[in-house]
Amino acid sequence: MATTLRQLSVTAACCCALLLSACAEEKAEQAEQAPKVTIDKNPFPSKYQPLPGEPTVITGVTILDGIGNKIENGMVYFSEGKIAAIGETLDIPAGATVIDGTGKWVTPGIIDVHSHLGVYPNPSTHSHSDGNEAVKPVTANVWAEHSVWPQDPGFGRALAGGVTALQILPGSANLFGGRSVVLKNVPHRTMQEMKFPEAPYGLKMACGENPKRVYGKKGGPSTRMGNVAGYRQAWADAENYRRAWERYEAEYEAGKNPKPPKRDLNLDTLMGVLNDEIRVHMHCYRADEMAVMMDVMKEFGYQIYSFQHGVEAYKIGDLLAENNVCSAMWADWWGFKMEAYDGIRENIPMVHQAGACAIVHSDSDLGIQRLNQEAAKAWSDGRRAGLEISQQDAWTWLSANPAKSLGIFDKTGSLEVGKNADLVLWSANPFSTYARADKVYIDGGLAFDLAEPSTWPVADFELGQVGEGDIK
Amino acid sequence: MKSLITICLLAGLSCSVAAEKLAIVGGKVFTGSEQGTLDSATVLIDNNKIVTVTTSTEVPEGYTAIDATGKYVTPGLIGAYTQLGLVEVSSSAGTVDASVTESLVSSTGAAFDVSYAINPDSTLMAISRVEGVTSAVTGISRSATLFKGQGALITLSGASDSVLKARAFVAVDVGNYGAEANGGSRAAVWVTLNEAISEAVQVTTAAQLSPSSDWHGINSRADVKALKPVVNGTIPLLIFADRAADIRQVISFKKRYPKIKVVLVKGMEAWRVADELAKADIPVIIDPEFNLPGGFDQLGATLANAKRLEEAGVMVAIGMETHNIRLATQHAGNAVAFGMSWDAAMAALTVNPAQIFAMPDGLGTLKKGAQADVVIWSGDPLEVSEAAEMVIINGKQVEMTSRQIKLQQRYQQRAQSEQASQYIR
Repeated sequence: MATTLRQLSVTAACCCALLLSACAEEKAEQAEQAPKVTIDKNPFPSKYQPLPGEPTVITGVTILDGIGNKIENGMVYFSEGKIAAIGETLDIPAGATVIDGTGKWVTPGIIDVHSHLGVYPNPSTHSHSDGNEAVKPVTANVWAEHSVWPQDPGFGRALAGGVTALQILPGSANLFGGRSVVLKNVPHRTMQEMKFPEAPYGLKMACGENPKRVYGKKGGPSTRMGNVAGYRQAWADAENYRRAWERYEAEYEAGKNPKPPKRDLNLDTLMGVLNDEIRVHMHCYRADEMAVMMDVMKEFGYQIYSFQHGVEAYKIGDLLAENNVCSAMWADWWGFKMEAYDGIRENIPMVHQAGACAIVHSDSDLGIQRLNQEAAKAWSDGRRAGLEISQQDAWTWLSANPAKSLGIFDKTGSLEVGKNADLVLWSANPFSTYARADKVYIDGGLAFDLAEPSTWPVADFELGQVGEGDIK
Repeated sequence: MKSLITICLLAGLSCSVAAEKLAIVGGKVFTGSEQGTLDSATVLIDNNKIVTVTTSTEVPEGYTAIDATGKYVTPGLIGAYTQLGLVEVSSSAGTVDASVTESLVSSTGAAFDVSYAINPDSTLMAISRVEGVTSAVTGISRSATLFKGQGALITLSGASDSVLKARAFVAVDVGNYGAEANGGSRAAVWVTLNEAISEAVQVTTAAQLSPSSDWHGINSRADVKALKPVVNGTIPLLIFADRAADIRQVISFKKRYPKIKVVLVKGMEAWRVADELAKADIPVIIDPEFNLPGGFDQLGATLANAKRLEEAGVMVAIGMETHNIRLATQHAGNAVAFGMSWDAAMAALTVNPAQIFAMPDGLGTLKKGAQADVVIWSGDPLEVSEAAEMVIINGKQVEMTSRQIKLQQRYQQRAQSEQASQYIR
């Protein structure tokens, strides 16, 4: 198409030389540019509105601020949706609701970077299986948000476990599984009402066994080398696509009237990654595969923001630190397939100790309900192996590091003045099995209160069914 | 995991000597017996047996003392429903003996027998036992047939003779999964089950099953032989069901066949029929963490299940996992967080599965004469941050290592030395 345009302009130039009167006409035509074609990068904008909140002070409470500090017998004040003050003693503003936090703990809300809530919802019937567009290995054109069912009861369960934000990922059947979406864990009617304002998109990619198992007999890839060839060809196509758009832009800026490239939703997403607007989160278990993927990353000049699962991340903590790639991990899952065979309980603390970014993730509608316990296991297993990490540092695995990998750390992920009041009041030290989330605040609004059954979300699906409104 | 040495040093002892007589002194002891939980007690072990549990802190002569002050002492945990010894890697890695397709010998699946398949060298054995799981119930997880065959009771010691009891139970699923594999409907699965059981009841002489006699049953001859101990009440029949309506059918089944030792497995809505279960004396094996409506037969799933069953007087066992059976303590801990008593949760990990499956040699308890499967924990075993520090199976201290611990040690050393990893052992 672009070639045709260029040929036309050459013809026009020839015209000019021969027929001057026609030339003037031609120039006038060229000056009248068609409207510039641009890509709307946000066609499904967030409609999120925070729950109503009131100025609140929690007193006498143990605080983990999420960035490595612990305050015993401290106070935290939030108002108008933001953390307003935090410290040992604060002046209690007039009219603020005061909550006695004696014996309790406050932490930033937990952020799960790996959830399939809404795309693989409960009940997990075939009709609800919306997480893998398993028809071809490269489907960067699909967006998880178009599968999210806000009535998944799993969101409410996760909220009761202190999860205030979460990334919903497509599954790992495909080399490129599609775009992720970051949600605030506030129960609503539509995905847009849950969508985290201004959170960058992610792109799910997958290494290893899953794509080759799914496509081995459906035209490939059928091997790990086939996987890598698939990623590289897709990135090469994306580079080409980006060049086409850059050329269009440049020509348009130069006053010409170029024909825009044909829109390709798959390449839109990949180009977004190359332009660092969309963040790669890559399902990868084995150390050697992660090392290869970090070279592919350098070859095409993008950033992997996290390896998901990273069961062997402990083997290459140094490489992960060097390349600034986070690892989102389980505390102890292992053995369900070959690439998970080398899982160890000290994975998370060993990655942390290597100076790399460690994240506790769930990938599970049950696990997401107690990510604090997953961190507690990793923390204590690390200590038994001689890795001395404090609980206040370990909490970075649950809030700050997830927020950083998702690109929302300027808004949430720690208890710092001015940040969103996304926080959890725990009944006890959240590194204990017996601790429960007493109150969960999102943007200062009380989203869940253990003592108040009317605040326990009941999904439409559960309304009028057995167990409606029960303690879950 | 590695504090065994510390304990021995504290006690001023050498660890290399495997003492025959051990006195575990000063720990908080959950006995799983009438003695209940003792805040500070001494457990005496002679050879492979528990001699006594006493509140005295005196160490009798000839006993090697192990200081357990500030620690918890419990019977070795029993995996209440696992596939241990039958699976190494679950998917795409070769044969998994926990899953059966079809075979000449069986039509209803009762005849399959996992005791032939147990691999004591499976890495899962050491990985689980260093975390306090010393024995387990193991059986088929997936079959295309009505029954999931005959399961076994095993020790996790790694010994060549790991099977404690072969043909220890038969299992059947009457929920959504069982119905799907058997005619696609409960209308089929229940009639099939009734018929299969009724056949086994009607066969009373060996001659009826001889190859020379006519046999037209829906079971194969081998299936009937496997079902005889079930209908005689010698071994339990495990019935998987979640929906309250299904569980009521299980209770009716028990009324039809009062001799059969029925055990309900999974039971997500068991709390809704808790009183009836208690009255029918049907114990329940659960994963208390299930609280989502995964299917239309699980709508009432709640973390309060364990608590409500306990309150109704139902015997509860906890520990349905395989690779991570070591997390049964966390499952039980979460049941406690949702209202179950600590003692009932500990019993659910030890003495209750022992009773349900008639584990031999007093396993699951610390009482006089019981085989000495004992665990010393750094603290409350139900706390995720605590761990097993010493594990004793049949009177012998287990070496606290596993393939996972070795991987961890290799790469921790690699991080310090940058030596080529495969030379590090």
